[in-house]
Amino acid sequence: MTAQAIKRVFVNPLWLAIPGILFLLVFFVYPVCSLLLLSVTDPDTGQWAVKSYTRILNTDVYLRVLGITFRIAAQTACLSLIIAYPLAYWVASLPERVRNKALLLIIIPFWTSYLVKTFAWMIMLGRMGVINSILIGAELVKEPLPLLHNEFGVLVGMVHTMVPLAVMTMLPVMTSIDRRLISAAQTLGASPSKAFWLVYFKLSLPGVTAGGLLVFISSLGFFIVPAFLGGRQQTMLAQLIITQVSELLNWSFAGALSVMMLVTTLTAVFFYDLIFGISSIAGKEGSESSHSKIRIFGLQILEFISTAANILSQLSRVILGGYVTERLLAVFAWLIIGFLIMPTLLVIPIGFTKSEFLEFPPPGYSLRWFETYFNSALWLTATSRSFIVAFLAACLATAFGAGTALALAKSSSRWAGFIFGFFLAPMIVPRIVIAVGMFYLFARIGLVASNAGLVIGHTVLSLPFTVVTIGAILKTYDMRLDQAASTLGANRVRTLIHITLPVIKGGLIAAFLFAFITSFDELTVAIFISGGLATTLPKQMWDDMILQLNPTLAAVSTVVLIVVTLLLLIAERFRKNTIS
Amino acid sequence: MAIDHQTSVLPPKLRIDGLAKRYGNFTALEPTQLEVHSGEFLTLLGPSGSGKTTLLQLVCGLVDASEGSIFIDGIEQSNVPVHRRDIGLVFQHYALFPHLTVSENIGFPLKMRGVPDSQIKTRVNTALEMVHLGSLANRFPKELSGGQQQRVALARCFVYQPSIILMDEPLGALDKKLRDQMQIEIKRLHRESGATIIYVTHDQEEALALSDRICLMNHARIEQIGTPREIYMNPCSAFAADFIGISNILRGSIQIDQNRNSWLVTSYGRFLLPAGVSKEMVSGAVVVRPEHLTFDATSPNTLRATVRDLVYAGSETRVIATLDDGQDVIVRQPPDIEVPGRGSSITLGWQAERAVVIP
Ligand SMILES: Nc1ncnc2c1ncn2[C@@H]1O[C@H](COP(=O)(O)OP(=O)(O)O)[C@@H](O)[C@H]1O
Ligand SMILES: [Mg+2]
Repeated sequence: MTAQAIKRVFVNPLWLAIPGILFLLVFFVYPVCSLLLLSVTDPDTGQWAVKSYTRILNTDVYLRVLGITFRIAAQTACLSLIIAYPLAYWVASLPERVRNKALLLIIIPFWTSYLVKTFAWMIMLGRMGVINSILIGAELVKEPLPLLHNEFGVLVGMVHTMVPLAVMTMLPVMTSIDRRLISAAQTLGASPSKAFWLVYFKLSLPGVTAGGLLVFISSLGFFIVPAFLGGRQQTMLAQLIITQVSELLNWSFAGALSVMMLVTTLTAVFFYDLIFGISSIAGKEGSESSHSKIRIFGLQILEFISTAANILSQLSRVILGGYVTERLLAVFAWLIIGFLIMPTLLVIPIGFTKSEFLEFPPPGYSLRWFETYFNSALWLTATSRSFIVAFLAACLATAFGAGTALALAKSSSRWAGFIFGFFLAPMIVPRIVIAVGMFYLFARIGLVASNAGLVIGHTVLSLPFTVVTIGAILKTYDMRLDQAASTLGANRVRTLIHITLPVIKGGLIAAFLFAFITSFDELTVAIFISGGLATTLPKQMWDDMILQLNPTLAAVSTVVLIVVTLLLLIAERFRKNTIS
Repeated sequence: MAIDHQTSVLPPKLRIDGLAKRYGNFTALEPTQLEVHSGEFLTLLGPSGSGKTTLLQLVCGLVDASEGSIFIDGIEQSNVPVHRRDIGLVFQHYALFPHLTVSENIGFPLKMRGVPDSQIKTRVNTALEMVHLGSLANRFPKELSGGQQQRVALARCFVYQPSIILMDEPLGALDKKLRDQMQIEIKRLHRESGATIIYVTHDQEEALALSDRICLMNHARIEQIGTPREIYMNPCSAFAADFIGISNILRGSIQIDQNRNSWLVTSYGRFLLPAGVSKEMVSGAVVVRPEHLTFDATSPNTLRATVRDLVYAGSETRVIATLDDGQDVIVRQPPDIEVPGRGSSITLGWQAERAVVIP
């Protein structure tokens, strides 16, 4: 190697990503791979064996669960897209300043704890729940409707959880569409609905498909919602895995089920890539040949839809009148926002109830359930553990994430894209698979039921968020400031300490808070790693919810809701200030 | 500096030897030679994309050279990292640190050099006075106007007295009036500091106003280098003739008669060329500056044209005339000379020695 080449390798900015890469290799890649290996190992002899797989294939309950999982995930994805699209369209069409405010109404439910949301739906949908009380009170029905512990309950809960994700994936694509194109299409003779479907909708499709994929693969790994809102018939794969590990300690079989989940996920990603190109996830245009059959066929479908929509909109004008028709979109958007936010807000008054039961409206108000919470050593240690673990995990994830994001921003290497994908992987690989793999690793090195184990696990899961957040801030960072600092006499380290980090400080704080929330709200890893007395807040909630619903849970949920929302608002503020 | 001035030849302040930069197949800078003397004000002048910024960034080490070397005071620089080179760079868009106040920005290079705090304070104050910004010391960059930001950038660069200062279109973002004012400031700072300055611009007036020497760049290489007067009087190419001042260029083939005089044969007639034209040249062009054209029909070289437009610019009158094939020529005359009216046919003449021959 020439001196220059050595110098180039030595000062290569990709070095900054090394700590994060090593961390993920040890605590993410290795556990997941060893879990996959376990699935082809005989638990008794340690020999290579496909016993677990033959068992899956020969017992139709497993295949049926796989089918259910797949079906519910697909239904969730379709419903979420249909609901999220008009909402995202509405948000994207708002003037920029109002848009950021409206976006908060979607970001907050996005980050709200799954457990709190699920708990809220149990209150809403139960036999004596809010909806049934209202319906019976209004004498619309005589018998309570069966809303809970069936497919309906699961889908409501899943869609409620996934709509914010779908909106947030679609939005960047939609805001980047030049709205003048629609006006242009109309001046060229297209009716408004034709202009929308043939121009705007066509251009927004990459966002739609990306949103669909993300919702689908996230739904595949769900267990909280089906566990509480579904019945036997809605058992999903992740629930089976949890049972295999925590009750039966059958690693090999849990491994095989995890492989099934991973394979389903990767197959979805593969087909998505085949049809749409993975780059459209990042909002980039996929290359599309102008003669491809799919494209022409797609355009014909859109042509057809637009004609139908045209008729519909004229019909609605006749029936509802022009004034209402023009405001239908906003009305629909607000309804969806209400659907996203109202159930969780309901939890708050119930936390202050006087009653022993989860009635709504509460017969009277008191602080007794908060007193129960604050007087319970169990809840308080769980809360403080959650804070400590979240703080440490957020520190680690921010440090690794900052290094990686800096490396990627400064490097022009062709490895950069690959490394970025690698850091997003913990978001793609189902959490349950990561958690089980980690449990297996930690069981051997004595990290189970330890804070260190939790911190490590949560760091892995938060890393994608910190890398993305800090990376986005660095995109707006003027690299000439670094050059200026170096010509003024600062070496690389001092440039980093005195210039780069202070300037992107807001982004670092935002990333820290996002990581903090991720960990604070994390259940999947906690279910396995925080055993015995060393529980976290979500784990304690989960245990309580399985045992029996009680108003203390509402009080705890209120506390979690407030903590997370406050942190989120602060994070958003820092993130925005840094970008502007 | 304790340099022994008895040494017969000092190395130039900056010497560039065969320096080149390529990005893949694209050449941003052809192999280039350049010497800059201590205390000199050299301007890199050329159109956008001609490699000026690349040359500056190579000199201060922000990009690595593809080949060639850089010497400062005779010392090779390839192993000297950016932050150890005795160079200051003023960026086009200032690159002020947004999280530091004006005085912290200016103090930054001193802090990096380990100057004690007490000294930093006095030196920052001196620098602030130098650019007339004493009252704004505690503002943040975004609270300053463009001109003020530029002054901060200058102060931040001059405060640590680098012996070479590079400026990349520092006035590009300012309006005309502010630019004129800042040119005077920069000239003064140069005089007071004695620094060697390499200044990038694409504005020829700015280059003429500031420079000891101009280095004309085009297509990733140096086209011509010399004092403004040398380039104006002796442009080496049509590009140089056009970029510095206004010129009339007439193309044709070159012939030598029995008296060993060279002539340029064009569609407008035959013109006597100044002595000393290379024997090898078979075609070329003459450059005649507007002030060298007269309405004297008895000159050895004459040109028929029609007056298209007249511009009275106070100190001079400009006559724009059109040749038979539509090409314009420009004539400059003192204001007291009577000039023919619009539309009249005229005969223009010039002295052979006044013209310059270019390839
Ligand atoms: N990092 C780079 N990669 C590829 N091409 C570059 C890079 N930097 C500059 N160039 C190219 O080199 C040429 C010279 O650029 P530059 O030195 O900035 O010109 P100038 O400052 O004279 O306008 C331009 O055509 C530019 O596109
Ligand atoms: Mg430039």
